Amino acid sequence: MNLDDYRGVWVFIEQNNQKIEDVSLELLGAGRKLADKLNVPLAGFLLGDEIKPLANQVIAYGADEVYVIDHPVLKHYRTESFMKGVMLLAQKYMPEIILYGATPNGKDLASAVATDLVTGLTADTTMLDVDVDSRLLEASRPAFGGNIMATILCKKHRPQMATVRPKVMKALEPDSSRHGKIIEEKITLNEEDMRTKVLQIVNDVTKKTNLADAHVIVCGGKGMGDYQNFQLIHDFAETIGASVGGTRDVVEAGWLPHEQQVGQTGETVTPKIYFAIGISGAIQHVVGMKNSELIIAINKDPNAPIFDVATYGIVGDALEIVPVLIEQFKRLKNEKGGEITYA
Amino acid sequence: MPEKFDVIVVGAGPAGTACALTCARAGLDVLLIERGEYPGSKNVMGGVLYRKQMEDLIPEFWKEAPLERPVIEQRFWVMDKESVASFGYKGLEWGVEPYNNFTVLRAKFDQWFAGKAVEAGALLINETVVTECLVENGKVIGVRTDRPNGEVLADVVVLADGVNSLLSKQLGFHKEFRPDEVALTVMEVINLSKDKINERFNLEDNQGCTIEIFGDSTKGNLGTAFLYTNKDSLNIGVGTTLSSMIKAKLKPYELLDYLKNHPMVKPLLAGGESAEYLAHLIPEGGYHSVPRVAGNGVVVVGDAAQLVNAIHREGSNMAMHSGLLAGESIIEAKNRGNFSESTLNIYRDKLHDSFIIKDLEKYKDAAHTFESYPQYFKEYLPMMNQAMSTFFTVDGTPKREKQKQIIKSVTAEKGRLRVLQDIYRAWKAVK
Amino acid sequence: MHIVVCVKQVPDTKIIKINPKTNTLDRRSAPAILNPYDAHAVQEAVKIREKTGGTISVLSMGPPQATAVIKKSIEIGADRGYLITDRAFAGADTLATSYALSKALERIGKELPVDIVICGKHAIDGDTGQVGPGIARRLDIPPITNVIEVVEVNQQEQTVLMKRKLANGYELIQTEIPCLMTVEKEINEIEYSPMPNMIKAARYEPIIWAVSDLENVDRTQLGLKGSPTIVGKMFTPPRPEGGKKLEGTTDEQVNQLMDILLENKDLFTLQSSN
Ligand SMILES: Cc1cc2nc3c(=O)[nH]c(=O)nc-3n(C[C@H](O)[C@H](O)[C@H](O)COP(=O)(O)OP(=O)(O)OC[C@H]3O[C@@H](n4cnc5c(N)ncnc54)[C@H](O)[C@@H]3O)c2cc1C
Ligand SMILES: Cc1cc2nc3c(=O)[nH]c(=O)nc-3n(C[C@H](O)[C@H](O)[C@H](O)COP(=O)(O)OP(=O)(O)OC[C@H]3O[C@@H](n4cnc5c(N)ncnc54)[C@H](O)[C@@H]3O)c2cc1C
Ligand SMILES: Nc1ncnc2c1ncn2[C@@H]1O[C@H](COP(=O)(O)O)[C@@H](O)[C@H]1O
Repeated sequence: MNLDDYRGVWVFIEQNNQKIEDVSLELLGAGRKLADKLNVPLAGFLLGDEIKPLANQVIAYGADEVYVIDHPVLKHYRTESFMKGVMLLAQKYMPEIILYGATPNGKDLASAVATDLVTGLTADTTMLDVDVDSRLLEASRPAFGGNIMATILCKKHRPQMATVRPKVMKALEPDSSRHGKIIEEKITLNEEDMRTKVLQIVNDVTKKTNLADAHVIVCGGKGMGDYQNFQLIHDFAETIGASVGGTRDVVEAGWLPHEQQVGQTGETVTPKIYFAIGISGAIQHVVGMKNSELIIAINKDPNAPIFDVATYGIVGDALEIVPVLIEQFKRLKNEKGGEITYA
Repeated sequence: MPEKFDVIVVGAGPAGTACALTCARAGLDVLLIERGEYPGSKNVMGGVLYRKQMEDLIPEFWKEAPLERPVIEQRFWVMDKESVASFGYKGLEWGVEPYNNFTVLRAKFDQWFAGKAVEAGALLINETVVTECLVENGKVIGVRTDRPNGEVLADVVVLADGVNSLLSKQLGFHKEFRPDEVALTVMEVINLSKDKINERFNLEDNQGCTIEIFGDSTKGNLGTAFLYTNKDSLNIGVGTTLSSMIKAKLKPYELLDYLKNHPMVKPLLAGGESAEYLAHLIPEGGYHSVPRVAGNGVVVVGDAAQLVNAIHREGSNMAMHSGLLAGESIIEAKNRGNFSESTLNIYRDKLHDSFIIKDLEKYKDAAHTFESYPQYFKEYLPMMNQAMSTFFTVDGTPKREKQKQIIKSVTAEKGRLRVLQDIYRAWKAVK
Repeated sequence: MHIVVCVKQVPDTKIIKINPKTNTLDRRSAPAILNPYDAHAVQEAVKIREKTGGTISVLSMGPPQATAVIKKSIEIGADRGYLITDRAFAGADTLATSYALSKALERIGKELPVDIVICGKHAIDGDTGQVGPGIARRLDIPPITNVIEVVEVNQQEQTVLMKRKLANGYELIQTEIPCLMTVEKEINEIEYSPMPNMIKAARYEPIIWAVSDLENVDRTQLGLKGSPTIVGKMFTPPRPEGGKKLEGTTDEQVNQLMDILLENKDLFTLQSSN
C-alpha cells in the first residue's frame, strides 16, 4: 500500500427519509478544517434512494465534492448494500480520511467497511485534528469509561477512519452560494441478493426524551439529597418551561428514568441554558453538557469541578437557592402576565 | 432431584473456608456457599490475623497471601480527654519469618483464602444466600438457597455464617443475643500514603503497628477502640457492648467520629481519605454463650459458635482453628459412615481440648478493666516487655500455660518479688 | 440451533482508577467482570434456546483469568465455553480481535455448525462496538447491530425476525440464518441463575485454545502486529477555564443571576402573553 496514493477528506452523509442527519453536517464542519490543513478537497458521500437533491445542501455546508450513489435497494440502511457502495467509492477514489457519525447506522457501516478495507477505525471520537507533516489523523476519544482521553493513530493503513459523536463538532453556517462538484456513481444491486430485509420502521417518539432538542435544561445531581428534594428541580423546570435532566447517580438512585441522564452514558445535550444544580461535575457528566451555551452551576462546594465549566457559578445550598429562583420567576411571570420563551 | 455433596459449608469467612479446605484436601466433595459478591466482600474485621492457626492450614502462607503488614509493635493506650498513657511492645523479631501476626484487609484476604479451598477441590458459589437448613427426621440433610431450584443436599452441613447465625437460630442452637453479649463495632478504612503512615507510626518499609485504645475512646463505656496500619490505609474502629450503647444512648457513628477527632488520634489520621465504613457485631459473651456446636448432620464453627476472645480481639484465628477441627471431625465421620450428633461430637471434644475453649474459659468472667490501671502500666512498662512479647505472641499455646512460663521466668529473678506481685496484679486486670 | 456468544472480560469502569502520573489504568483497582452487555447476550441466547432447543457456546479472547467470564456465562445458562489465549493475541485492536475470534468461530463451527452469533453492543472498556460487525464480515454473515428484541427464530425458514434500535425508534428486520447480532441492554433482564447452573459453573473447566489450535491463521493479522490503530498518547481531558462565581448573600446572588438571564435577551425572554 502506497500511502501517498490516498488523498482527500471524506464525510459519510447519513440521511433518513431524504433528510440529512445533523451529525453529518457537524462533520462537514470538522472535516473542512482538516481538509484545509491538509490542503485537499473535502468530500461528502451520499447513499440512498432519490437523494441526489441533497447534494447541494452538502456543498452549502462546506463540501467541495459530493459523491452520490442513488439506487432503490439503498432505500433503507442495510449493512450489506451500503457497505458495497462505500467499498466501491473508497477503492476507486482512495480518500485518506473518512469520518462517520457515531450513530447506530454510522457505527455499523464503518465497522463493516473497516474490516473489508483492512484499516483502522477509531470509535466515538470527540476531538479531531491532523498532523500536517505526517498527514496523520489524530482522533481522540474518552477511554476507560471516560476517565481519560486517548489519541488514536493509524499509521500504516489507509483510509484512516473514525466515527464521531453527535453534537461535539460544530456545523458551519450554510452558504448556498458555494460551488462544488457532484459525482454520480453507478452500482449494481439486486434486492433478491439481499439477505436482510427491513420490514418496517417505527418512529417511537414517546421513548425519546426531549432533552436533545431542549433550549433550557435544569439538571439536578445527587447533591439534592433525596427524592423529595429533587422535586424542586421539577418545580423549577416547570416554572421556566425547561426540560429536566439528571446525573447518573440520580438515575441510579431511581429519582429519574434513564432517558433523562445527561453524560457520557446518557444524552449529549447542547441547550442554550444549562442549570447544573447539586452536581459535582465529574468528567463523565461534563462531556455530555459542556457545549451548552450558558452554564449556570449551583453547588455548595466552592471547589466542585462543575465551576470549571460553568459560565456563572453560585456557591451555596441549592435547597435554599432554588426555591428563591422559583419564587422570583413566578413573581416575574405574574407581574408581566407572560410566559417565558427562548430565542 | 437436588444434587448431593459430602459437605456443604455455609459462609466463606475464615471458619467456613478453613473447614472447606480441610475437607476438600481429604478428597471430600465440598460445596462452599457465600452470600457476598465474593468471599470477604462484606466481611468486617479490625484486621489482625494471627500467624499460628493460619500456618496450621497453609504453611508459610505469608509468602503468597495478600497481607498488609507484619505487626512488629503492639501498643496499648489508656486514653483520657487530653492525655494518653501508652505502653506496648515492639520487637524486630516479629518483623521476620515466621512473624507473629499481620494486618489484613478481609476483602482481599478472604478471597485469596477461599481460592485455596477451590484449588483443593471445593466448589465455591458466591452471591447465594442460604435461607434455611433442610431437616428430615431430626437430621439436617441439606440447605435451601434463595435461588430457583435452590435445594442442595449433603451428609453434613457446616454453619459458618458468622456472628448472627440465623441458621443456628433456626435449629434452636443459638438464642437471640442479650445486649450485653455482643459488641457493636463500627470501623472505617482510611486511605493514607505509605510514607505518612511510616512516619507517624515510626515504622520502616512494611512494618506494621497496632494500637488498642481504652478509656475515653468509648466515652467511658465498656468497650475498646483500635487503630491498625495497613499498607497504605488505616483501620480505625470502636465498639462497645450493645447494652451500654443503649444505656448511654450512643449512636455508633457518633462514637467513631468522637474517636477520630480525639486530640490523641486526629494527628495520626490527618489528610487521610475515608474509603469504607463498616459496622458489625462481635460476640463477646465468651465461654458462657457458646451454643451447642454439633447436631445430627450439622456442626457450627467460628463466630456462629460465638468463638471469640473479646479481650484479645482474637476471632479469626479461633474461627480458622474451629473450622479445621470441624473438618477433621467430618473426615472421621465420613470414615465411619455416620453423621449423627454423637459422631460429630468428636468436634465438640476437640474444641474443648484446644486453646479455644480453654482461653474462653479463662476469661469467662472477664471485664474490660484496663481503664483502672494506667499509672500502674506506666511504671512497670520496661519490665513488662518480655512478658508482653510472650503473652501476645499467639502460637496456640493456651494462655494459662504461658502465664505459668512468664511467672516462672520472673520469679527466677530473686529480690524482685514486688515486681512479681505487680505483674500478677496486671494479669488480674485481664482475668 | 447452535448459538455462540462472544463474551469479554472487562475492568469494572465504575470503580476504575487512573494513575495520574502515568495516565495508565491502575488494573489492580478495577475488579474484572463480564462485560454487562455480553451478560445480556448470553441471557438472550438462553431465551432463544428455550424456544428452539440446541446448544449455547461462549467464546472469549483474553488472558487465562478470563475463564471467570466463561464460568459466569455458564451460570447464566451457557452449555460450554472456549477461551482463546496466547501471547500472540496481545495488544489486539478491534480489527485483530475480530480476526482472532472469527478463526476460533470457524473451528467451533467445524465441531458443530454455528447458526447465530451474539455479541454485546459494545465492551465497556473499549466502548467501540466494532468487533461484532467485524466478525460478521469475516464470516460473511449479515450483522444486525443494536438489537432490542428477537421477535422470532424460524428454524424451518432459517430466518430471524428482530427489532433494531434507531435514534428515533426501531426497525423490524428479517435476516437469514446464519447471522450475527449485537444486543442492547434493554433486550432482556438478567435472570437470577438457578442453583444447578451455579454448581455446574463452579465445576466447569473451559476449553482453552492457543493460536496453534486454530487453523489457517495468518499470524501477521493477530495482536499488536495485526492492529492498524495505535494509541498515540493518553491525556486527562483539558480542564476548561472556570467562569465567574457570583458573590454576596444568597438573595444577592440570585438577583444577579436573574439580571444576567433577563438581560441576555438572546437566551431568555419574558413575553407578555397579550
Ligand atoms: C463509565 C462511567 C460512565 C458514567 N457516565 C455518566 C453519565 O453519563 N452521566 C453522569 O452524570 N455521570 C456518569 N458517570 C458518573 C460520574 O462519574 C459521577 O459519579 C456522577 O456524575 C456524579 O453525580 P452527581 O454530581 O449527581 O453526584 P456527586 O458527585 O455526589 O455530587 C454531588 C454534588 O452536590 C453538591 N451538593 C451537596 N449538597 C448540596 C446542596 N444542598 N446544595 C448545593 N450543592 C450540594 C456537592 O458539593 C457535590 O459537588 C459515569 C461514570 C463512569 C465510571
Ligand atoms: C470490628 C471488628 C474487629 C475485629 N478484629 C479482629 C482482629 O483484629 N483479629 C481477629 O482475629 N478477629 C477480629 N474480629 C473477629 C473476626 O472478624 C471474626 O471472629 C471472624 O471473622 C469470624 O469468622 P467466621 O468465618 O466465623 O465469620 P465471618 O467472617 O463473619 O464469615 C461469615 C461468612 O458467612 C457468610 N454468610 C452469612 N450468612 C450466610 C448465609 N445465610 N448464606 C451464605 N453465606 C452466609 C457471610 O457473608 C460471611 O462471608 C473482629 C471483628 C470485628 C467486628
Ligand atoms: N476479547 C474478546 N473476546 C470475546 N468477545 C469480544 C472480545 N472483544 C469484544 N468482544 C465482543 O464484541 C462486543 C463488542 O466489543 P467492542 O467492539 O470491543 O466494543 C463485545 O460485547 C463482545 O461480545
